[in-house]
Amino acid sequence: MTNAVTVSAVDKVFDTKKGQVVALSAVDLAVAPGEFVSLIGPSGCGKSTLLRLIADLESPSAGTVEVFGTSAHQARLDQRYGIAFQQAGLLPWRTVSANIALPLELSGSPKAEVRARVDELIALVGLGDFGDRFPDQLSGGMQQRVAIARALAKKPELLLMDEPFGALDEMTREYMQTELLRIAAETGAAVVFVTHSIPEAVYLSDRVVVMSPRPGRIAEVVPMSLGSTGSRADDLREDGSFFEMITAVREALHGGGGVTAAPRGVENR
Amino acid sequence: MSTAARTRPSPGPRGRTALVEAYLLPSPAAIGEEIVEFWPSMLSAGAITGLNALVGLVAGSLLGIVAALIASTSRLIDGMLAPIVAALAVIPIVALAPVLNTMFGADSQTGRQLIASLAAFVPVFITTARGLRQTQPVHRELMTSFAATPWQVMRTITLPTAVPYTFTGIRLASSLAVISALVAEYFGGPRGGLGGLISTSAASSAYPRAWAYVVAAIVLGLAFYLVTLALERWASRRR
Repeated sequence: MTNAVTVSAVDKVFDTKKGQVVALSAVDLAVAPGEFVSLIGPSGCGKSTLLRLIADLESPSAGTVEVFGTSAHQARLDQRYGIAFQQAGLLPWRTVSANIALPLELSGSPKAEVRARVDELIALVGLGDFGDRFPDQLSGGMQQRVAIARALAKKPELLLMDEPFGALDEMTREYMQTELLRIAAETGAAVVFVTHSIPEAVYLSDRVVVMSPRPGRIAEVVPMSLGSTGSRADDLREDGSFFEMITAVREALHGGGGVTAAPRGVENR
Repeated sequence: MSTAARTRPSPGPRGRTALVEAYLLPSPAAIGEEIVEFWPSMLSAGAITGLNALVGLVAGSLLGIVAALIASTSRLIDGMLAPIVAALAVIPIVALAPVLNTMFGADSQTGRQLIASLAAFVPVFITTARGLRQTQPVHRELMTSFAATPWQVMRTITLPTAVPYTFTGIRLASSLAVISALVAEYFGGPRGGLGGLISTSAASSAYPRAWAYVVAAIVLGLAFYLVTLALERWASRRR
């Protein structure tokens, strides 16, 4: 079975005015179809850069990135992935429906088909009555749901998410996490999810990829033994196994590289 | 305005009845009488000047939008246009109007319309050029992820983002177009417009009538401003 994502021996070097900055060094990663993988690490560890390489928004300085067996570039042109950022990035002059319809319109889908798909997506993300609203009439959480619906418009088998819940309050955030797991299970899409929250990574993921900075590389991959992601619900957050996994990820983050003196518990969301 | 200095109330034994001589600044009642008497002529004069301003505003705005679009396609063209626009912005109407009147003949409104369009061009070009550079990075990256063509990016995010900026430019340009069309009438060409009648009335010492035409000019300018303000509001709400 072809991997959803295969990253092999990837380096990424940025040329800046102050010289070269190594954002990623010797990164290898495979994501299976339908798998939920989180990238976590401190600022500057290259987790967003890695996601942007998979999305073909950047190209690697060395190594290869494959998405469903083709180059990341071809996968982008074929719309094999959907993407959501920390900013919802909705077009303020378009209604919720028109925002979700955007990728379908751009690829020239017939009008009737677009309408049917948009209705499906609005129902999927639970925005039933809000199709005719404009983005500035929605809360932050609802805007992100529109962004997720838009990312899913072309029925991608891969969803790339760059801290999509980073700007939301804690309660909305937990609700959105459970919603995302439901949506991912319903669509069967693989997800690569960038976050800096340990509980978020643990709750959502099949595997948590822990990264370390300067240069950005993968320090450890921690498998989550918490059952299938589709069957998880909010009571898991109070379960002993959940805390064990949080501890495991935290130790992977703070272990290695002699940074044990770094303040613990700051990433406590 | 030299009249402003002269109208300043001077305290003293002269009292409050005759601060300003009537030939310098007629009373509002006198101006009102002139407005009533010359109403038809004010309407036709307003129509002439208004049409010149409107033609100038539309032509100048369209030119400004097109030039900004061209400038947005390359830094080189942008850099080449910048000094030309800066020069256009400071051309004195006083110098240009007689030249254009001579070029297009004494009975033509074309020179005045050109001056109005020149005045309108500058703010529309500047605001549109700026608006075309205001797309958000997150929108651009989304369009990249959708594999959108350059034309789709232009149509879907770049133009809608620029629209409110353009309409702000048009609102600024509307007042400039009216003032320019009016002032251009001072320097020859056919009579009959508001500017021409203001100068004729003043030259024959009919100051109340001159002020009546000034009132008409203000109303015309306000009308242009309010219409373009309404357009701007409308465009900002739904793009």
